[in-house]
Amino acid sequence: MTVHSFQEHFDEKMDKDQAIEAKDWMPDDYRKTLIRQIAQHAHSEIVGMLPEGNWITRAPNLRRKAILLAKVQDEAGHGLYLYSAAESLGISRDDMMEQLHSGKQKYSSIFNYPTISWADMGAVGWLVDGAAIMNQVPLCRTSYGPYARAMVRICKEESFHQRQGYEIMLTLANGTEVQKKMAQDSLNRWWWPSLMMFGPPDADSPHTEQSMRWRIKRFTNDELRQRFVDVTVEQARILGLTIPDKDLKWNEATGHYDFGTPDWNEFYNILKGNGPCNKERLDTRRKAWEEGQWVREAALAYSDKRRQRKEKKAA
Amino acid sequence: MSQKADSKREWPLWEVFIRSKAGLDHKHAGSLHAADADMAIENARDVYTRRMEGISIWVVESKYIHASDPGDAEILYEPANDKIYRHPTFYNLPDELTHM
Repeated sequence: MTVHSFQEHFDEKMDKDQAIEAKDWMPDDYRKTLIRQIAQHAHSEIVGMLPEGNWITRAPNLRRKAILLAKVQDEAGHGLYLYSAAESLGISRDDMMEQLHSGKQKYSSIFNYPTISWADMGAVGWLVDGAAIMNQVPLCRTSYGPYARAMVRICKEESFHQRQGYEIMLTLANGTEVQKKMAQDSLNRWWWPSLMMFGPPDADSPHTEQSMRWRIKRFTNDELRQRFVDVTVEQARILGLTIPDKDLKWNEATGHYDFGTPDWNEFYNILKGNGPCNKERLDTRRKAWEEGQWVREAALAYSDKRRQRKEKKAA
Repeated sequence: MSQKADSKREWPLWEVFIRSKAGLDHKHAGSLHAADADMAIENARDVYTRRMEGISIWVVESKYIHASDPGDAEILYEPANDKIYRHPTFYNLPDELTHM
C-alpha cells in the first residue's frame, strides 16, 4: 500500500466509527495529538491526588478517611491506565514524567487551586469529578481503542467519586450554621474553576474541529459546559446552596440555563504557571520522582540478582 | 553497565490477564510496569482488581507477546468468509423438526 492508501484506509475507519488499535497505521498528527491528550489526562490524575491527599490525615472520621484513601488510590490507578494507553503510541513512561516535570506536558489547571477546608473534599468530588465525568463519558467511544478501554474502566470508577463528594456536601449543608457556611464557601470557590475545566469557549478552541473528526473529542467545550450547568443547578438546589452566578437563569426558549462568563484571564494565567499552587504541585511531583529513583534502581538490581541466582542454579 | 545507563533503565512493561471468576477464562485487562513477575502480580492486584474484578492473575512481559500484523488481516481471515456452511443456520430444514 502507498502512504496515500494508508491514509484512505484510516479515513474510512473514521467514517465507519471503527476503532484504531496500537499496531494500525495512523497519521503522525493523530498520534501526536493523542499522546498529548492522553498524557495530559494521565498527569491530571496523578497531580489530582495531591489536593485530596492533603486531607487524608485530617478527615473528620474513620469512614471518611477510608473513603478518601480509596478515592486517591483510584486516581493513581486511573493515571496508570492512561500512561499505558499513551505508551502504546510509542512514548515511554520516563519521557512522560520528564515532560510533566519540565512543564512541556500539562495537567488540568483545576489542580492548581488549594483545598483549604474539609468542605473542599465535598466540592471537588461533586463539581470537579462531576465535570471530569461529563468530559470523560463521551471518550469511552473515542476512536483509539486503548484510550477508549481505559476510559470505560475510569468512568465506572468515577461515579463513586462524585457521589461521595455530594454526600459530604449534603452532610455539611444539613449540619450546623457554620458547616453550611463552609459548604457554601467551598461552592463559591470551586464553581467557576469547574466551568473552566471544559476548556476555552469554542470560538477560541482551534483544534476542536480536527479532534471531533478524529473522535478524540465528541462534543465541543461549550456543549459540555452547558450540559454541566444544566444538571448541576438542580443538584445545588437539593443541597440548599446558592450557585455564585447572578446571571444564572432558566431560559424557556432554549430549554437551558443561561449563565455568566468565567474569568478567562484567570484561566490563561494559571495555564501560564501563575496559579496559587502551580509551583507547589510540580515541586511535589519532582521531589517524589527524584526521591523514588533509588527505589526504582534497587528493585531492578534485586530482580537482576534473583535472575542470575536462578540461572546459576539451573546451570 | 555504567551507573548512569542503569539509572535510565525503565522497569519492563507487563501485560495483565485476569480471571474474573472460577470457570471463566483469563481476559486481557491492561498493562503495567514492574521490576519482576512477583511485583507485576502485586501491582496488577492493586491496579486492576480494586473492586473484586478477579480471582486469578496472569502476567506476561509485553516483549514476549507476538501479534499478527493488522495489514495481513485480509490474507489471514478471508478464507473463512466464504465458508458459511460451517454455521448451523446455513441448513434449511423443516420447521417440524425438533431437538436439533
